[in-house]
Amino acid sequence: MRLFCLTAFSGLFAVIFFAACGGPSADEEESPGELSLYSGRSQALVEPLLREFEKDTGIRVRARFGGTPQLAIALQEEGERTRADLFWAQDASALGSVRNLLMPLPEEVVGEIPLELRHENNRWVATSGRARVFAYSPRRTEGETLPETLEDLTSEQWRGRIGWAPANGSFQSFVTAMRVLQGEEAAKNWLAALAANEPKVYPNNTSLVQAVAAGEVDLVLTNHYYLYRFLERDEDFPVAQSHFAGESPGNLVNYAGVGILASSENREEAKIFVRWLLERRAQEYFVQDVFEYPVVEEIEALPGMLPYEELRELSPRINLEALEDMEGTIRMLRELDIL
Amino acid sequence: MTRENWKSVRQNPPWYFLLPAVLAALVLALCILYLALRAVEGGGGELWETLWRRRNLVLLGNTLRLALGVIVFTTLIAFPLAWLSVRTELSRWKFLSLLGVLPLAIPGYIMAWAILSLGGDYGIVYRLTGQTVPRISGYWGALLAISLYAFPYLYLNLRSALLGLDPSHEDAARSLGRGPVRIFLEIILPQCRPAFLAGALIVVLYVLGDFGSVTLMRYETISHAVFVQYNSLLDRQTASGLALVLVVLAALLLWLEIRLLGRIRWYRVGTGTARGIRLAKLTPLAWGVVAVFLLLVYGAALLTPLGVICFWLIEYPPVGEMPRVWRALGDSLSVAVPAAFLAGAAALPVAYIGVRYPSGISRGLERISYFGYAMPPLALALAAAAISLQLFPFLFQTLGLLIVICALHFLAEGMGPIRTALYQASPRLEEAARSLGCNPLMAFFRSTFPLLVRGLLAGIAFVFLSVMKELPITYILSPWGFSPLAVNIWDLANEGMYAEAAPHALALLLISLFFVGFLMLREKRLS
Repeated sequence: MRLFCLTAFSGLFAVIFFAACGGPSADEEESPGELSLYSGRSQALVEPLLREFEKDTGIRVRARFGGTPQLAIALQEEGERTRADLFWAQDASALGSVRNLLMPLPEEVVGEIPLELRHENNRWVATSGRARVFAYSPRRTEGETLPETLEDLTSEQWRGRIGWAPANGSFQSFVTAMRVLQGEEAAKNWLAALAANEPKVYPNNTSLVQAVAAGEVDLVLTNHYYLYRFLERDEDFPVAQSHFAGESPGNLVNYAGVGILASSENREEAKIFVRWLLERRAQEYFVQDVFEYPVVEEIEALPGMLPYEELRELSPRINLEALEDMEGTIRMLRELDIL
Repeated sequence: MTRENWKSVRQNPPWYFLLPAVLAALVLALCILYLALRAVEGGGGELWETLWRRRNLVLLGNTLRLALGVIVFTTLIAFPLAWLSVRTELSRWKFLSLLGVLPLAIPGYIMAWAILSLGGDYGIVYRLTGQTVPRISGYWGALLAISLYAFPYLYLNLRSALLGLDPSHEDAARSLGRGPVRIFLEIILPQCRPAFLAGALIVVLYVLGDFGSVTLMRYETISHAVFVQYNSLLDRQTASGLALVLVVLAALLLWLEIRLLGRIRWYRVGTGTARGIRLAKLTPLAWGVVAVFLLLVYGAALLTPLGVICFWLIEYPPVGEMPRVWRALGDSLSVAVPAAFLAGAAALPVAYIGVRYPSGISRGLERISYFGYAMPPLALALAAAAISLQLFPFLFQTLGLLIVICALHFLAEGMGPIRTALYQASPRLEEAARSLGCNPLMAFFRSTFPLLVRGLLAGIAFVFLSVMKELPITYILSPWGFSPLAVNIWDLANEGMYAEAAPHALALLLISLFFVGFLMLREKRLS
């Protein structure tokens, strides 16, 4: 009995030790022709799509989910040795940071996508868009003029009433766009003036929209689709949203994008996947289930959403590569003691 | 039981006890060392530059302000509660002391989530009553969330201190004509000081280490900033610099505690007996006050989270979320179970050497494991991630690394009950076994080990409970696609998806309430 205890105990210790040091589990081994996807887009959004794709093409996709920046860093560290065939990221800057690891996408895959929605060497292509907007409480802003320009937000009217998420990637993209379009000085001055206007800091976009509903702030800078998700659940959700006047960086459209790793041994299957994401079914899914904007023309935005043509007139014209300099933006936010 | 002198038999602990203990201490020491090395890398100038910013001073100020506030607030809850449960007729209510520790089962991020769900124009209170109450967040939110789950640590310490007081001191003072107020101030309070300091140390360490509640409450402390730098900005250098500040703060606290107390008294101090204490009778007015006090404390600490969970579950039945909850439960268990056994297996030799072979080495081993426990988990996780990336890349983001680091962090927690059991097991038994021809290892397993099993199991249960609730280490070191309950609750709450977090919170609470109850019952049997 005692001996049994002894063996059991040391056995347990050994098992744990080996489990701890053990290499990759069976889960991670892949069979040929099976795609491995690094997805910075969320599991809830991507998984139904992957199942559709499998049913359609018979190609299996294994996904690793993570934050877009984390996956970009992982790819940089893994370099050529990565197991990933595809990288699907939330924004241009993450794709830009690994562009050397991506292969140019052939015309037959991305030919129908407008040039401004692809990287200049076709290293990656946009899959769907989300617009920057401001969301506000109609009740607490009743009778007030809503901001027309970003500068309006720095006025006394909005002191202590604004919410923002300076650590969030979409916000940083917007600041990058502002730096590119209006110059470093202007962007810095605007950030400093807004920071001085006592905004409340939130971690991300959903919590911003929630904060308006909760009555903590009256106006927040966020992406367009979060509100629709709340409205889908409760049509009386007490938040509305709007855009700034013409071509303001505050109306920037950020794009999620996908690229194929040059080191991939499953390039043909990967091309099929990218092509499939740009086709009607996937694009409709982005619009109808995720409330995003499509990258192909023939699909309409949902009723109640600003039509894509109007959005394109409101949003600034900017090359997606120009948004790659996220580091400069973070440096600026640091200098201003915002981060 | 007394510590018996066994040194004459054998000076050095046998290697098979020393080895696992040293191994565990080595990994912990490596993590601590790494952060220190990182600091002086490049002459320290670069680090100084990242750290010496006005913003970081603000963060430091916020952290200290929160720590101070939490101490005051937890004392206001814990001291009256301890007093009521020891010195008044309420002490006959056994469930009162059980209620005093149940909040341990509710981690700070669940408290924060529950508090946030209540207020605001769109909160639960508004939906139920049509009345808007402001949403509590920021400093007061963080203060409330941390205090409401950390106060039991202070309560347990104060309670055992009050139980251990010798009433004859008070009788003597009374016979010398001292009034009740002066007796309280001059006799009772000073004797509670060590217990208060020991409890306060643990509470402040929680404040330093907590990142779940402060991030949800949007109160910017140092650990909040470490997380943002690491997770959103991917700036590992700034993150480890700030993490180092946390470690230094924790070390300072330990030093201060040793200066004030002469030694560190950790965690639960054995429960004494309250013989001979005159129990105060409560007047009707006092009853009223006590009832309001208890209602407020338990209403806030227990009913709020449970009520909020029920509200969300009823309002939005979590049908679609359930598969994710089961997966998360599986993930949680697959860390917590092995980590608890591993911690038990490592705590046993450390405790054994400490009790049976007291020496410089054994004290050193113990201290390292205590420091591992005091080390802010976020800092420990960052150090482990960085070391594994640089030295053992094949370990990075594996389940194994996560298990090992969790086990080592909570090692000291597992040691408590094992030590208690060891002190009660006489070394003479082992000597007898050896004189009958057993080798030392066999002698240990035949004579002492059976007496330790209960203590060992309790230690394992403590670690299991802690790992289930643990957030920062799990968040940083989880393999991809791996999302235990704690991570899901925080993630969903952080995204403002309060209703979706409810089933995850319920699963975690059921498990941890069960374990806290189990451990409490065991305590009662022992005392």
